Amino acid sequence: MRGGSLESIARERQAVASPRRVLRRLWAEIADFWPQYVVIGVVVVAGALATAAGPYLIGRAIDQAISLSDRGALARIMMMLLGAYVVGLGANVLQFRLIGRIGQVVLARFRSQIFASIQLLDKRFFDRHDAGDLMSRLVNDVEVLNTLFSQGIAQTLGSVVGLVGIVVAMLVLEWRLALASFLVIPLMLLATGLFARLARRAFRRTREAIGDVSSDIQEDLGGVKVAQAFNRTDLNTERFRVRNAANRDANIGAVGITSAFTPVMDVLGTVATAIVALYGGWLALSAPPRVTVGVVVAFLTYVQQFFRPIQALSAFFTQAQSALAAAERIFDLVERRPQVSDPAGAPDLAAAAGGRVAGKVTFDHVSFAYDAERLVLRDVSFEALPGRTVAIVGPTGAGKTTIINLLLRFYDADEGAVLVDGVDVRSVTQASLRAELGLVPQEPFLFSGSVAANIRYGRMDATQEEVEAAARLAGAHDFIVSLDEGYEHEVGERGGGLSQGQRQLVAFARAVVRDPRILVLDEATASVDSRTEALIQHALERLMEDRTTIVIAHRLSTVRRADLILVVEEGRIVERGTHDELLAVGGRYADLHARQFLSATPA
Amino acid sequence: MTERRRDLPWHDLTRALGFLRPYAAPFAAALLSLLVVTGATLVAPQFVRALIDRGITGGSRRWIVLSTAGLLSMAIIRGLFSFLHGYLAEKAGQGVAFDLRNAIYDKLQNLSFSYHDRVQTGQLMTRITSDVENIRTFTGQGFLAFTSSALTLVGTAVLLFWMQWLLALVALATIPAIFLVLGLFVRRVLPLFRGIQVRLSALNTVLQENLAGVAVVKAFAREPYERERYESANRELLNEGLKVVRALSSTLPYVFVIANLGTFGVVWVGGERVIAGHMSLGDLVAFNTYLSFLLVPIFQLAFLSSALSRAGASSRRVFEVLDAEVEVRDRPGAPDLGPIQGRVAFDHVAFRYAGQETAVLEDVTFEVDPGETVAILGTTGSGKSTIVNLIPRFYDVSEGGVLIDGVDVRDVTIKSLRSHIGIVLQEAVLFGGTIRENIAFGRPEASQEEIEAAARAAQAHDFIAELPLGYDSVVGERGVTLSGGQRQRVSIARTLLVDPEILLLDDATSAVDAETEARLQLALRELMKGRTSFVIAQRLSTVRLAHRVILVDRGRVVGQGTHDELLRTVPLYGEIVDTELNRPVETATVSEGAA
Repeated sequence: MRGGSLESIARERQAVASPRRVLRRLWAEIADFWPQYVVIGVVVVAGALATAAGPYLIGRAIDQAISLSDRGALARIMMMLLGAYVVGLGANVLQFRLIGRIGQVVLARFRSQIFASIQLLDKRFFDRHDAGDLMSRLVNDVEVLNTLFSQGIAQTLGSVVGLVGIVVAMLVLEWRLALASFLVIPLMLLATGLFARLARRAFRRTREAIGDVSSDIQEDLGGVKVAQAFNRTDLNTERFRVRNAANRDANIGAVGITSAFTPVMDVLGTVATAIVALYGGWLALSAPPRVTVGVVVAFLTYVQQFFRPIQALSAFFTQAQSALAAAERIFDLVERRPQVSDPAGAPDLAAAAGGRVAGKVTFDHVSFAYDAERLVLRDVSFEALPGRTVAIVGPTGAGKTTIINLLLRFYDADEGAVLVDGVDVRSVTQASLRAELGLVPQEPFLFSGSVAANIRYGRMDATQEEVEAAARLAGAHDFIVSLDEGYEHEVGERGGGLSQGQRQLVAFARAVVRDPRILVLDEATASVDSRTEALIQHALERLMEDRTTIVIAHRLSTVRRADLILVVEEGRIVERGTHDELLAVGGRYADLHARQFLSATPA
Repeated sequence: MTERRRDLPWHDLTRALGFLRPYAAPFAAALLSLLVVTGATLVAPQFVRALIDRGITGGSRRWIVLSTAGLLSMAIIRGLFSFLHGYLAEKAGQGVAFDLRNAIYDKLQNLSFSYHDRVQTGQLMTRITSDVENIRTFTGQGFLAFTSSALTLVGTAVLLFWMQWLLALVALATIPAIFLVLGLFVRRVLPLFRGIQVRLSALNTVLQENLAGVAVVKAFAREPYERERYESANRELLNEGLKVVRALSSTLPYVFVIANLGTFGVVWVGGERVIAGHMSLGDLVAFNTYLSFLLVPIFQLAFLSSALSRAGASSRRVFEVLDAEVEVRDRPGAPDLGPIQGRVAFDHVAFRYAGQETAVLEDVTFEVDPGETVAILGTTGSGKSTIVNLIPRFYDVSEGGVLIDGVDVRDVTIKSLRSHIGIVLQEAVLFGGTIRENIAFGRPEASQEEIEAAARAAQAHDFIAELPLGYDSVVGERGVTLSGGQRQRVSIARTLLVDPEILLLDDATSAVDAETEARLQLALRELMKGRTSFVIAQRLSTVRLAHRVILVDRGRVVGQGTHDELLRTVPLYGEIVDTELNRPVETATVSEGAA
């Protein structure tokens, strides 16, 4: 389990996958649409035939009506032409609609899939990856696929149909000339292979560059207030400019490669024309002529038509390179396996605990490291009995929050085990474990939506009364009703006019309304004033009577009534006992207490 | 500008196209290259004709070789210029995207706090990525193709008129109809594309919140709910996308048909004229050949109208950000704030958030002497942070004024104002980068000694030194994880390094443990010497730092003075002291030492 960073680096290396694998994956995603593709194929063929019928009918009008001055024939042929146009119209409407539909549906499905697989990933993954880069994969990379699906496929289908027809006609007409003109095809394949490799590398750079740009924006949006406070906006802008320019240059570089590709194909196509002209001319002019002039003329037309779809295909190919680079990044994400996952057939916690969860929390010789370099927890053991309160105190960085993270199973212990009601948290489903837990995190994150919706996040079916009761208990009710829209006041990730303390109170209410067996408070009232904190404490006491509470606090005032106090230092529990016991021992806790006693006294 | 005018796509679009101006040269060169390519494409058939007529039919080997060489050289010229066209057009388009992104970023960096309080990150991310991308696609390749199509269309039309004016009239009669249909199409899909971008923003907001709030989502086991939230946003986006598909499929094929009807009319009318002996068959055939040149740009314009609508819709959204009003900005001709003593006065200040009726602050008046330390105390939501936020003009007062050395903060430049003020915000936001860079955030030129001194004063040096890479440790998502308290200490060091005359500490010690807080307070006391300092206090322990306390309740100042004065005169203060001292240490007595 340990050494997540190394493992992820190894995976990152692996991620540069073969295009064939990515293509196969891509095809697997859309394979079940094959009936639609068959229909589309039919429609495309019908459309192509109708389109081809136009020039043919016009030619017939000239040869068989106009040049013969046959007005009746002209009218008849014109009616047929009109018919061809109507068929073409129908085919086009269907083609646009069907292909557009599939493209949209496939993309929507892609988005859901990526989101679903991101949700499965564990906290460690999110510690290590820029949110902005992940955003970029879901937004920009999917967008690139969009272009491919909505435009590329239609054009390609039409091209392939046209190509097959021409190849057959050429071979039937004069196989020697046909084979001679096909001589350039290996060259074309070679060039395509070369360009594809170059282009994909270049496009991969563009995908990474836009990911960097997104990360930058994401991060700087979060810190814009600090940047303004420190007069740093100019410097930030300069830094952003560098990344933004890198993105621009990566794109221009990639287009430099793809723009060179089409002309190369064009020239190679003309070489084929030249072969037909020279070889065909030589054949026609040799005595006796081995081909007729008419055949050579027809061939010249075919060769030119032959390479138009090839050019369309090659254009599609460059588009596909960009899409492949994007798909690669998407699949890299989708195929990641979380290190924390539900074992197959894992039962619910309640079932494993014998019907009802009492709320006993046990840490049994737990050790843990975020990365291979530094152990954060060493041999931590303690037990919190149902209905009791365990407080964890200690200096910042001692590992207090990590203990909570393991209880929530954000990470798995490297050694030892975390148990709830005697059941190892790794053996039950994460959802059933967390259903019993109510967390108030150090940094109160709120979702965009009303205050009420944010509180209800703790328990979706809570009534308005329950929401208000929880808010009252968390000391949030008074300020909420003083907002313009009261409980319907819109808040969000970025503020919405609430102070940090107020947000913390809302987060508190969110955990209270959940009515969990185990309440987990991680510095739940750090940004709240002492009076409000005291009110909450008082209200909490009743709530805590019949549930287990794990509380992390710097304020010893919040912990002194705990049934068990753990003093954590550098990942170890160095002292344990009740407030009075620990004071009597005269160790670290007594020390901390003395300092706070001092500092709590106004000068 | 009126609503009506804004509703037309052209307004935003022409503005977006204005961003092409710096790239006029590559754009013009790309256009020129495209014309050369078109020319070469038109000339190439002549070589084919010569090859057939004079070479093969005429039996001349010389002509075969010559015209083949001509064909090849045309292909090479065409290839060269089509490369130039593609490359230069992309250069222009990417240039526009680059400038737009910079402009948005710049704007966002300078928009006031009130704006950032309101908007969602996912919204802004969508605009700066997807919307800019839509504009880029059109302004680069798209607009170029548009221009060349329009030119080709006009050129061919002139040529057709010159050949056969009557047939030209028949053929061109379809053009108004085509433009009418395209116009209706743009009018119909523009709002649809706008809808798509709006739905996309909503989707990205859900995504963004799930990334930023992953701990909360997981802790509350809300994955199924979030998934449904995402799915429903995704469904809405899909529906909007399908609407565009329907609009496209019920418009563009009709454009093709109308264009084809032109050919239909020309052949029939022309045929009748040939039969009647008004023109030769050869003329009709030639005319018909050139008519196909008319169709290509028409089809291209039809396809481009979709890209144009998309870009129009996205331009609006980008300009919404670029045009957002910077509520807090420099008065025209405002002077810099020179050296100051640091006297801060609030004069009957009232404040409410934009669009809100409830006042956060009302009639706040107080004065702080240079070098004095004032603690602002009050319950959660009483307006403590707001008072502090008004000093560096993160928000502007709704009524009254904030004065520094008697000068209203709105009368000097923001930059100069903030250069005198050091701030430690409630949320300790650090940036990706090394610890050194983070501490030197406000003074990038600071020396290692200065940085270390600041870190020491902020009680941060010890834990930094213990990190494997010390000051060069990278913080953030890809680096070391710092605890809340550690981050706060780095952010305090960052402020210390700026050495400001006025210091604002917004609940700076809330997330540090008692021991660290005690040490921090020693350092802060040292730091505050000679500076005007405001300390937002959640607890009385912080009040120890201050000479004087301003007690705030529900947006009003309800008392100010020393601890003793307040204890005597303000009942609320007494209550706060009671709650805090009764509970943690019953036996404690208030020590009466002077500050």
